[in-house]
Amino acid sequence: MAAIPESAGETVAFTLDGQPLTATPGETLLQAAQRHGVAIPHLCYSATLRPDGNCRACVVEIEGERVLAPSCCRTPTPGMVVHSRNARARRSQRLVLELLQADMAETRYRADNELDHWSRELDLGKPRFPGRPQPAADLSHPAMAVNLDACIQCTRCVRACRETQVNDVIGYAARGNHAHIVFDLDDPMGESSCVGCGECVQACPTGALMPANAVGAAAADRQVHSVCPYCGVGCQLTYHVKDDHILYVEGRDGPANNQRLCVKGRYGFDYVHHRQRLTRPLIRREDVPKSAEVEFDPANPLRDFREASWEEAMQRAADGLRRIRDAHGPRALAGFGSAKGSNEEAYLFQKLVRTGFGTNNVDHCTRLCHASSVAALLQMIGSGAVSNPVADVADAEVIVVIGASPTENHPVAATFMKNAARAGKTLIVMDPRRTPIARHADYVLQFKPDTDVAMLNAIMNSVISQGLVDPAFIANRTEGYEALKTHLADYTPEKMAPICGIPAATLHEVARVFASSAGSMIFWGMGVSQHVHGTDNARCLINLSLITGQIGRPGTGLHPLRGQNNVQGASDAGLIPMVLPDYQPVGDDAVRAKFEALWNSPLDPQPGLTVVEIMHAIHDGVVRGMYVMGENPAMSDPNLHHARAALASLEHLVVQDIFLTETAHYADVVLPASAFPEKTGTFTNTDRRVQLGRQALPPPGEARQDLDIIMDMAGRLGLRWNYASPRDVFAEMRQAMPSIAGITWERLEAESAVTYPCEREGDPGQPVIFTEQFPRAGGKAQLVPAAFRNADELPDGEYPFVLITGRQLEHWHTGAMTRRASVLDAIEPLPVASLHPAELARLGLAPGDAITLRSRRGSVMAHARADDGLQPSQVFLPFCYHEAAANLLTNEALDPYGKIPEFKFCAVQVEPRA
Amino acid sequence: MKAVANNPPRRLRPRPKGRQVDPATRTTVIDLLGPGPYRRDRLIEYLHRIQDDCGHLSADALTALADLMRLAPTEVYEVASFYHHFDIVKEGQTPPPALTVRVCDSVSCELAGAEALIAALQQGLGTQLRIQRVPCVGRCDAAPVAVLGTNPVAPADPQTVAAALQAHATTPALPDARDYATYRADGGYRLLQEIRADGSAERIEGIITTLEDARLRGLGGAGFPTGRKWRIVRSHPGPRLMAVNIDEGEPGTFKDRYHLERDPHRFLEGMLIAAHVVEAQTVYIYLRDEYAGCRALLARELAALQADPPCPLPDIELRRGAGAYICGEESAMLESIEGKRGMPRLRPPYIAERGLFGQPTLEHNMETLYWVRDILERGADWFAALGRHQHYGLRSFSVSGRVRKPGVHQAPAGITLNELLHEYCGGMLDGHRLKAYFPGGASGGILPATLADVPLDFDTLHPYGCFIGSAAVIVLSDRDSVRAAALNAMRFFAHESCGQCTPCRVGTAKAAELMSRPVWDQALLEDLATVMQDASICGLGQAAPNPLRCALKYFPEEFT
Repeated sequence: MAAIPESAGETVAFTLDGQPLTATPGETLLQAAQRHGVAIPHLCYSATLRPDGNCRACVVEIEGERVLAPSCCRTPTPGMVVHSRNARARRSQRLVLELLQADMAETRYRADNELDHWSRELDLGKPRFPGRPQPAADLSHPAMAVNLDACIQCTRCVRACRETQVNDVIGYAARGNHAHIVFDLDDPMGESSCVGCGECVQACPTGALMPANAVGAAAADRQVHSVCPYCGVGCQLTYHVKDDHILYVEGRDGPANNQRLCVKGRYGFDYVHHRQRLTRPLIRREDVPKSAEVEFDPANPLRDFREASWEEAMQRAADGLRRIRDAHGPRALAGFGSAKGSNEEAYLFQKLVRTGFGTNNVDHCTRLCHASSVAALLQMIGSGAVSNPVADVADAEVIVVIGASPTENHPVAATFMKNAARAGKTLIVMDPRRTPIARHADYVLQFKPDTDVAMLNAIMNSVISQGLVDPAFIANRTEGYEALKTHLADYTPEKMAPICGIPAATLHEVARVFASSAGSMIFWGMGVSQHVHGTDNARCLINLSLITGQIGRPGTGLHPLRGQNNVQGASDAGLIPMVLPDYQPVGDDAVRAKFEALWNSPLDPQPGLTVVEIMHAIHDGVVRGMYVMGENPAMSDPNLHHARAALASLEHLVVQDIFLTETAHYADVVLPASAFPEKTGTFTNTDRRVQLGRQALPPPGEARQDLDIIMDMAGRLGLRWNYASPRDVFAEMRQAMPSIAGITWERLEAESAVTYPCEREGDPGQPVIFTEQFPRAGGKAQLVPAAFRNADELPDGEYPFVLITGRQLEHWHTGAMTRRASVLDAIEPLPVASLHPAELARLGLAPGDAITLRSRRGSVMAHARADDGLQPSQVFLPFCYHEAAANLLTNEALDPYGKIPEFKFCAVQVEPRA
Repeated sequence: MKAVANNPPRRLRPRPKGRQVDPATRTTVIDLLGPGPYRRDRLIEYLHRIQDDCGHLSADALTALADLMRLAPTEVYEVASFYHHFDIVKEGQTPPPALTVRVCDSVSCELAGAEALIAALQQGLGTQLRIQRVPCVGRCDAAPVAVLGTNPVAPADPQTVAAALQAHATTPALPDARDYATYRADGGYRLLQEIRADGSAERIEGIITTLEDARLRGLGGAGFPTGRKWRIVRSHPGPRLMAVNIDEGEPGTFKDRYHLERDPHRFLEGMLIAAHVVEAQTVYIYLRDEYAGCRALLARELAALQADPPCPLPDIELRRGAGAYICGEESAMLESIEGKRGMPRLRPPYIAERGLFGQPTLEHNMETLYWVRDILERGADWFAALGRHQHYGLRSFSVSGRVRKPGVHQAPAGITLNELLHEYCGGMLDGHRLKAYFPGGASGGILPATLADVPLDFDTLHPYGCFIGSAAVIVLSDRDSVRAAALNAMRFFAHESCGQCTPCRVGTAKAAELMSRPVWDQALLEDLATVMQDASICGLGQAAPNPLRCALKYFPEEFT
């Protein structure tokens, strides 16, 4: 059953209630009526869902037809005469509403119940029919209340869950008057496979599905349109605020999300109101020396710190930095900005480090996520950003997802991939773990961890041997093909099959499917990038895309899925040690001269140190003081014992954050900052879309907005800045960054999102790039051969398991926000390490048992989770749990190009907890 | 505002969200179904395999089946829970006894004492087996009917059921039908061979014209002209498919079973001619699950046909219903063949254009196809001339109720009830006087004895708020309550509503409740009847109020 057909063509003239009207092609009677201001009652119809025509509240009389027709599903034909409000149509409309009202709960779960609305519109009295026996409430889910006594069986939730989000949790079970919505096998929602996206709640017209704890029944003071603070997908949302508290969040019709959200975006907001928010500046107590042990209580900062005024704290913070700079030189200082902050914050922070500290030692967590991808992209195609937006899956024929678990880490992007798979596109999933999106895939290549290059080279070998390269594209748009071809000759699928664990026939078939489609798109995540051969992994993907000509058109291209909400923007803004804003190299004299003029300050020509390098430099006594804004390296860096010892040894550490994080524990001064909804700024999503986040709440207590704090620090370090608002900062960024030069603040306010490159005002923005050439000298892409090599630390008899770290759906990165979000914490409260059930059995363990994971660097304790998506001898551990910090185990070995650590592979032991 | 608070415990999740597949159950299911790949459209067949083998569908089996089919658990559950012949057993629930007796409680069986039978069986055998009320099982001429396992006992009384139980007679005897060899020896399939050998456009046109001239109409109940239907399906670009409706479930109807049990190949030859004419690549035969004997027979005869085909055959798949009257509705049947809940589709688009799997589909009632060979061999005029009172052709009347000779009577289209009663049925039972009759099963409405001289055919009964439908005539006498019969019909519709649209889902349930009250709220019921008729998606909801309305209109004395 297709949705409204998209047909170009003539408008259709018809008559509605005696008035001549026209419908646009494909428009239904209901839509045409709405557009002309004629209200027809409707309940099962919603503009964002496939019309289903089941409630029959919208029936109309079409002259010449025996029975009434649902106006939500019928399109007019020329000359059709339709009555939506004559006696016959009204009688049925009213009776449908009356039948549903008879069965409606006494309780009204939401103020704007659509059934009540239409009942009022049609002046319906008390229903004359007897009511139904009512089902009990299901309050088993932390985020949502299920009150089916208010259910009208319209199946909007079913379509939202199944067709929009493709989570396939909600079904419509049984028959007749017993028909009801169910979760899985009629299980309590909280025990079902529900992922908590809340799309069903947003779709429900009567409040049968509502946010938990009746918050939806309260009236909000205001709605604030903003963006989600979590991942790089960049979903637009609306905060519903009452008394400076967020009541609930709804998805907004942004280009990246079409009103969709995931559990974090919709239910992960109350961390902002958490009692552990920092509300006053803190200064380390004289009697509490720093220690590398993370033994502290974020609820009781006064054990180690004392409260201070802003004046005292800022002066202390700035004095410490200035003292080191003056005594040991600029390179004794470093700054970590944050991919969680806005573009304006990132820009000013790097400007502060470069001009106030006088060093390029500024980096952020991009180093830990896609640094290797960006290294490969910059080298080979001259730009580190995605070539095509996620939404292009609708135009693709083949979609490859490798080293990414988008249903968990980019959930809303995943919905579009699943939509595409449902629409018949070929989905190819490559991952050592069988991740949830695999159910939707046509091909699942569960390869051996660490063997990406072997597998991808084999696929390319097969592309070449099958004669499926794109010779014109290779000739016109690339360099280095012959060398690549020679290099690949050894990587036959037959030879690589035993290495990567994928049968040669499958590799050949995937090669054929990918190369011969009209459009093949590649998405990848940290599974590709976080290896010592991460850059080589990415090179293989780029090579594959180039030799098959699968880039430069809609529905093709390369899309490294960005992790943080603003990792794209923070990188663009120059929060990277070797480049200035817009990836302009600091070593380039002309570039530096331009920025020196713009900033009226000399700049260090030497590229700065990266995240992990800075930790080493601290150990080496080179870096002595740091300013960390919103990053948590005491959780996110590899080999945490090493990183934490480094942080503890700093002479001076200033941490600016909203909670007393593990990193703040090592600080000399802690500056209480603002949470995402407490400030305004721009954020750039994975699609290169600049979007406006708007302030919804004031910061709590004495907490200040981050931009204010950076500017205050700049002033105390002798800089004379003058920005009244983020808008002023953005105006300067437009001068520094050609890619966004055409984007005006007014346009962002009006449109909420503008895609770059947008070099001149009025440019529409370019979702698809590289259509004509690549931004390299000569305009061609460089093919770069990659040789297979192993991880830095392989399993052995002593440490026989491969540890894979990553994230889980409910928790963001180091958990600072999400573990303080009540719903998310309730869903995933405890550290879990996933192993294959058979492996657990072999170890004599039951699911849920406590286990110890030990590497050469440290050990943690977690609970075992039986997950048959893992291969035997693999362990997956999320890194969000401070009590089982995965990075105590990980290996700090770096990729030589991207300087990214090998988070995805190290050797560990697994044993029952003693 | 009712206080609601969600505070489920923060607790460890030892497994990923939702149900996990039990490896042992998965193996069991694979053993039952054979190696994959498993087809989405065969979901109901798979559920039957598991139910047949295990006696129920465990939650673990459903979860494993979903995994094997790459479906979400709920996609399997919502289908399994739609069909009444599946017993879902979740953790902590008791599986049903190994054996079930299904006792029909629809109109004809109710007239014949189904209630007393159910009570007696429950008292006598209720501990050993499950006694289940079910709607019409298509043996109304031998009412009341009890089906022990899949073996129909008709007429049934506590003694015959107990005897069958004692004899372990739980599967039906195979009907004594004309088999493939005999049918061919009698000249069967020569017409098909000849038509296929001809291959000319003229021949195809000739076939369609003959069917048009014979005025053969769809005998499932809708009466759409057969020749025109073939023409329309042919006009839509292929690939095309064909589906045969033997989901005979309209209470009082058993004519398809009657023909099938006697001469299955006459129908199959008609089917293959139709498939040839519309160039259908695959033919799906959808047979109601209640006809287990017919299923075994058809399986045997299809195997014989395919083993020694008279000509190249299209793919033929025999599909098994699962206890859902609504799947007799043409689009609901297509949904069911696709392995889904049998919920009717909205039209347009019509199935001739966009039907099974989105392809142009020719769908026919089995009996319509049964007549094709005879019409083509004997000519259009032969068939058309079989009618009476300016009507054309034959009807297979399924007659039950208070008549001397119930059963399938092949009588002229246009015959009146009085003529049918006296010429074919031997008149009323002794001591019974004609009071009323259902002309077309439960959905066709109820007519009074004063309207027993109206010709019975498509279109003749509309002025009276009735229709002939599948020509299932249930005769009521002065000893019977029309009001009770109307309530029985409404309960049937409430039981069989698919639950999709409000007027039918809620309307049938409310109507049945209101009609169970000592005094009917006639104004309210009339309102309800209007919305059901005007605003329901499919014929079930639209026709459901017919008996109610007829009862009020023709038998006011029962409501004073």
